[in-house]
Amino acid sequence: MSLISSFNRFLGLDAADKGVGHWWAQRLTAVALVPLGLWVVFAFASLGDFSYKLVVIFIQAPMNSALLILTLLMLSYHSKLGVQVVIEDYVHDTILKSIILISASFVHVVVVVVGVFSVLKISLGTPG
Amino acid sequence: MAQFRLPANSKIKPGKNYPADNNVTNIRKFSVYRYDPDLTSNPTLDTYDVDMDTCGPMVLDALIKIKNEIDPTLTFRRSCREGICGSCAMNIDGVNTLACLKSAEKVGGVVKIYPLPHMPVVKDLVPDLTHFYAQYASVKPWLEANTPPPSDQERLQSKEDQEQINNPSACILCACCSTACPSYWWNSDRFLGPAALLQAYRWIVDSRDESTDERLDSLEDSFKLYRCHTILNCTQACPKDLNPAKAISEIKKLIARRDH
Repeated sequence: MSLISSFNRFLGLDAADKGVGHWWAQRLTAVALVPLGLWVVFAFASLGDFSYKLVVIFIQAPMNSALLILTLLMLSYHSKLGVQVVIEDYVHDTILKSIILISASFVHVVVVVVGVFSVLKISLGTPG
Repeated sequence: MAQFRLPANSKIKPGKNYPADNNVTNIRKFSVYRYDPDLTSNPTLDTYDVDMDTCGPMVLDALIKIKNEIDPTLTFRRSCREGICGSCAMNIDGVNTLACLKSAEKVGGVVKIYPLPHMPVVKDLVPDLTHFYAQYASVKPWLEANTPPPSDQERLQSKEDQEQINNPSACILCACCSTACPSYWWNSDRFLGPAALLQAYRWIVDSRDESTDERLDSLEDSFKLYRCHTILNCTQACPKDLNPAKAISEIKKLIARRDH
């Protein structure tokens, strides 16, 4: 049992000045994902039989590859912010929390780099 | 990890039954959480048969009747019995509310009464609110101003200015909202919770207060304020029909407006 006063528990836990950036970024990416998400759904829905050639031609169109990269960036950043909040909510062990937070960030970075590289590789490759 | 299950020594066991006399016709059953810190045993759920013909309509009336006539060891807080002191906040029929404002008739079946959720229990229906009050104190719930008050009168407010603080000032700090909030359950060590944040908001929008910036600064933290995920249990639970969730989102907007 700790004899520390209830008020004293808050000392050293003053504002870390890092709330609003996270909150704002999550909302901005959410707003950006509304049109981007709709575009992805409609674009892929109208892709026909998803044959390799058709998909390559679709991705190679400059506007399509730009929008795909944008979607990847926004989606992974939004997801990174959301997953971070879930981890902070439920994992309370300091060391375990750090490990999981760092791993989650790492996974997101890997996913976005692989995704963007793939789009660029197809987009800048020989025209299908 | 956040603790989702009750610790082994907090698991609730079946308790005693207190049946009514045979000549009683209008019986209502009240199941009440019982915990005695002087015993090493687990908490129990005791069931009391209450004669509603000789009992007031509210759940608090029944609790007082049980304490007076059936079981004097039953422990709970109460004072004003008219929804203004906030003492008798408890979990009735699965919802945090004030026992004095909750009509027993509005509850179907057995009336189940527990202390406010996820708080340490002192005894029976009495939760330990020390931490909750310390969090309230940490938002500095008092006027801070550099401008000296007028020498011959109080600090004036327009009607519109007063309306800004009218609702949040009606909070009675019963803790129904904070103890209904899952974010507060998992992270109350750092998340201030809806009650304290509603009071922080009350002083942020007070036209006479001059430390708005310091108040916003002290809340700009991923845990103190931004653990609120707009679940809205707080607003649903508030027995005074206040809207802590809206106040919290207003604070977020005020901080965002300052930064962006």
